[in-house]
Amino acid sequence: MPYPTDRKYTKEHEWIQPNGSTATIGITDYAQQSLGDIVFVELPKPGAELSSGKTFGSVESVKAVSDLFAPASGTVAEVNEALATAPENVNKDAHTAWMLKINLKDSKELDALLSAADYEKFVAEEGGH
Amino acid sequence: MSSLESTTAPSTVRKTALNSVHRQMGAKMVDFNGWDMPVEYPAAIGCGIINEHMAVRTGVGVFDVSHMGDIRLAGPEALAAVQHISMNDAARLSVGQAQYSALLYPQGTFVDDVIVHRLDEDEYLLVINAGTREKDFSWVRGNTRQFDCKVEDLSDAFTQIAIQGPKGVRTLQKLTDADLNAVKFYWVTRGTVCGLKNILIARTGYTAEDGFEIYIPSDEATSARVWYAILEAGKEFGAVPCGLGARNTLRLEGKLPLYGHEISDTINVWEAGLDRFCKMEKPEFVGREALEKSKAEGLKRTLVGLEMVERGIARDGYRVLDSAAGEIGFVTSGSPAPFLKKNIALAYVPPDFSPIGTGVKVEIRGQGVGAAVVPTPFYKRPKMT
Repeated sequence: MPYPTDRKYTKEHEWIQPNGSTATIGITDYAQQSLGDIVFVELPKPGAELSSGKTFGSVESVKAVSDLFAPASGTVAEVNEALATAPENVNKDAHTAWMLKINLKDSKELDALLSAADYEKFVAEEGGH
Repeated sequence: MSSLESTTAPSTVRKTALNSVHRQMGAKMVDFNGWDMPVEYPAAIGCGIINEHMAVRTGVGVFDVSHMGDIRLAGPEALAAVQHISMNDAARLSVGQAQYSALLYPQGTFVDDVIVHRLDEDEYLLVINAGTREKDFSWVRGNTRQFDCKVEDLSDAFTQIAIQGPKGVRTLQKLTDADLNAVKFYWVTRGTVCGLKNILIARTGYTAEDGFEIYIPSDEATSARVWYAILEAGKEFGAVPCGLGARNTLRLEGKLPLYGHEISDTINVWEAGLDRFCKMEKPEFVGREALEKSKAEGLKRTLVGLEMVERGIARDGYRVLDSAAGEIGFVTSGSPAPFLKKNIALAYVPPDFSPIGTGVKVEIRGQGVGAAVVPTPFYKRPKMT
C-alpha cells in the first residue's frame, strides 16, 4: 500500500495530515495490518490537550492493546465518532479512517516527523516485509 | 502506536514441518512457547482472527497443531502407569476411546492437561502442550519407572493437523476411506488419508466445536501436500487456515483451559473447576492425597466466567476488584469473543463472588470497569442432529 505524501508519519505508526493550523491524526496501514482485527478505539474528548510523543488513547485488536502516541501537540477539536461503533473501518482503510482533528500548538513540530518515503523505508526495515 | 508484534523469528525458535507453508501463505508469525507459529493468516485470503474464528463456528477451519507433544506408553503395565500419573480414570477407556485428563504434582496442582487416547489393549497416547513438552516427558518417565511399560516421546514424528467446525466431517471424509460418521466425539480410528495408510484420526479438538485431529508423518513434503488437500476439500464449505489467535478465542468461548492461564503449577484441580475429570474414587494417583485434603479445607478461589457490562476488554493478568475497589482476584484469559460478540474473560475470585450475576470490576489501565459473573461455557455448540 502506498503511503500518502500529503502527511507526515511517526516511528510509532501514526500519521498526521496538516491543514493550516489544524491537523488530522490516524494510524498507518502497516499498523492496522500488524494489529489485525481492530475491535475498540479509545480516544480523548474534544477539548483534551495532546502533548507530542505522549499517549492520547489506545487501539485494541482481538489479540492486544496498543497505546496511541501524539505526533504533535495541540487541542482536540473533533473526534471520529464512527469508530466507536465501527472500529473495523481502520482495518478497511487506515489512511481514510481518521481518529482526531486537532488545533496545532506549533505546526513546526511536524518538520521533525518522517516523510512518506522515509516511513516506507522505516517499516520495510522494521517488519522485514 | 506501540507493542506491535515482531514478524522475524530468532534462529533458536522451533519450527513445525508446515512452517514454510505458513510463511508462503503470508501468515503473521509469533513466538509461542519457543515455537515459530502462525497467529493469523492475511485478510487478503479471507482470514484474520475474526474470520478464522467464524469459519470454525459455521464451516470449517484448519490448524497446524504440530507443536503439541505426544507421549506413547506401551507394555503390560501401561494402564497402571497411566492410572498412576493422570487424574481421570483410564480404566474406563475402550480401545479407540479418548478422555480429557491432567498430570498433577503431589500438591494437586498441574504439570499439564492432556488427552489420553487408548490406541490398543496396552497402548496409550498422551497428547500434551507445546510449552511443557520436555517437562512433561521427563515427569512422565520419572513417575512411571516402577511399571513394566515403555515410554516414548513421539512428538517429532507427527505433523498434527486439526480440522475443526461443523463441516469438518464432510471435509475430511473426502480424503479418507475411514467412516468418520461412525467415530463418536472423543474416539479415534485409523484409515488412509490422502493416500497415507494407517493414519490416526481422532474426533477431538480445542475449539468447542465438532472436528478431527489427524497425525501424519512429519516430513515437509507430505505435511504440505495434506495441508493443501484439506483446504481444497473444504473449499466448498468456506475452509480457511486458522492460527493461534483464533485457536485462543475459540477455546476461550468454550471455557477450555490453557496451561499457564487457567491451570498451572500453583492452581489445583478444584480451583480450576475440573472436578468431573478427576476421579477421586480411584484409590491412587499422584496428587490425590493433597486434593483430598484441600477438598476438606474448602475453596479459597474459584474460576468464573465474566462478561464486561461496561465498555472495555479484560486481558490476561488484569486485576479483578470488588465494588469498593479492593483487589479480589485476577483475569486468566480475556478477549473479545468473535462469535458471541461480547467481551469475555475467565478469572479467579473468592467463592463469595462466584454466584451468577455477581457484579465485579476489572481494572483496565487504572480504571475499574464493570463486569458480571455469567454461566460458562460462554459458548456451547448446537447439538448435532
